[in-house]
Amino acid sequence: MNFFNTILILAAAFLAVFGEAAFQLPRHLFGAQVDLLPALMIYAALNTNIVTVSLLAAFGGLGFDALSANPLGVSILPLLAVGFPICLRRDLILRDLPFAQIILGAAASGAVPLLGVLLLLTGGQEPLLGWGSLWQWLVMIAGGAAATPVIFALFDWCHHALGYQPQAETSFRPDREIRRGRQ
Amino acid sequence: MALVVALLLSLPSHAASHLKLGISGLFLPLFGAVSTARQLPGRAADAILPRSELLKEIETLQRENQQLKIQDLQAAATAHENDQLRALVGWQRQQPWKLKLASIILRDPANWWRTVQIDLGKRDGLVENLPVLTSDGLVGRISAVGYAQSQVVLIGDPRCRVSARILNPAHDMGVISPGGPLENSLVDLTYLSGNANLKPGQEVVTSGEGGIFPPGIPVGQIVDSRQAEFGLYTEARVKLSADLGALDQVWVLIQ
Repeated sequence: MNFFNTILILAAAFLAVFGEAAFQLPRHLFGAQVDLLPALMIYAALNTNIVTVSLLAAFGGLGFDALSANPLGVSILPLLAVGFPICLRRDLILRDLPFAQIILGAAASGAVPLLGVLLLLTGGQEPLLGWGSLWQWLVMIAGGAAATPVIFALFDWCHHALGYQPQAETSFRPDREIRRGRQ
Repeated sequence: MALVVALLLSLPSHAASHLKLGISGLFLPLFGAVSTARQLPGRAADAILPRSELLKEIETLQRENQQLKIQDLQAAATAHENDQLRALVGWQRQQPWKLKLASIILRDPANWWRTVQIDLGKRDGLVENLPVLTSDGLVGRISAVGYAQSQVVLIGDPRCRVSARILNPAHDMGVISPGGPLENSLVDLTYLSGNANLKPGQEVVTSGEGGIFPPGIPVGQIVDSRQAEFGLYTEARVKLSADLGALDQVWVLIQ
């Protein structure tokens, strides 16, 4: 099940990165592209193990950097920085509540681009920044917050549709059977 | 994991660029599937278009083709005359542009860069720093070349600075620099002389300085201007001729 879950999450990361590069509707409507990897990382951190979180950070970060002008590998660390602490402290989080998912999605979608840009500036790069970047950041936060519960719902549906479901236990107990008729 | 990241970040730029283009090549089959799906409605519409409409369209295109042929003849005569005059003055003969059509396959998913990927690469004779344009004007330059795809850095990205000239009597020159992150069609023209006489609507073209972009490629039109650094130089906003937000196909200029 875990293996299947990991494959599913990595496939979703691949599709998310491709979607961000191929479909420009959010950019045309709001002036910014929404990043789905932080929302996916929240799902992975709350529902899988540290190996899947690391694989998602590596796989998603490399894919994102390969399609963008970022230096290769620069997006891995921000994703890890968000995924690791949540994965370690997930017992304290009410992961099934949509409100918690939205808050975590918003926080991750705000933190990942911020850390990414900080890393770029530290590395001597000159990304395109200005007052408009603040608006883009808010759009990314809102988009990530909205996407997180959707991702949770999608993965739940996938598990129900594709995963093994344990058979429901019957309530029948032979020792409590009411015997009718004559013995 | 941190070690892997450090290793990746310390790769030589050439190796990192090749690795990036290799990884981005994994996304190409998906792009093929999506572009085929996008073309389906258009093909379906073509299939049900009446024959009379198609014939009318062919007629219009034939007429346009004849006009272009006549203009081409005129341009050839002008070019011949230009070559003769250049030979008389002793200037180097101008080479005609060789253009290759490319399709935009992917856009940069990050909001802080302006790059696109095109479906031409080394196998098509592309090298780094070739100018990319549309029929409307300059788009950018090739920044990385893979076997079958290349990355184009667009005007307005911090890594694409262009030396430009204004078509005014003084032929003022400046450098095209990025505008704001939300302004897709506006860029800044900086380092113009302090007393530059700028008017909205004046054309801006490449100056040919810098060795990457040949002179005369349209860049855009002046929108407004202001003094910068206490009047040390003038800055102007330029509306780009090419619509960078709706790029579908571009021309790569192979000099």
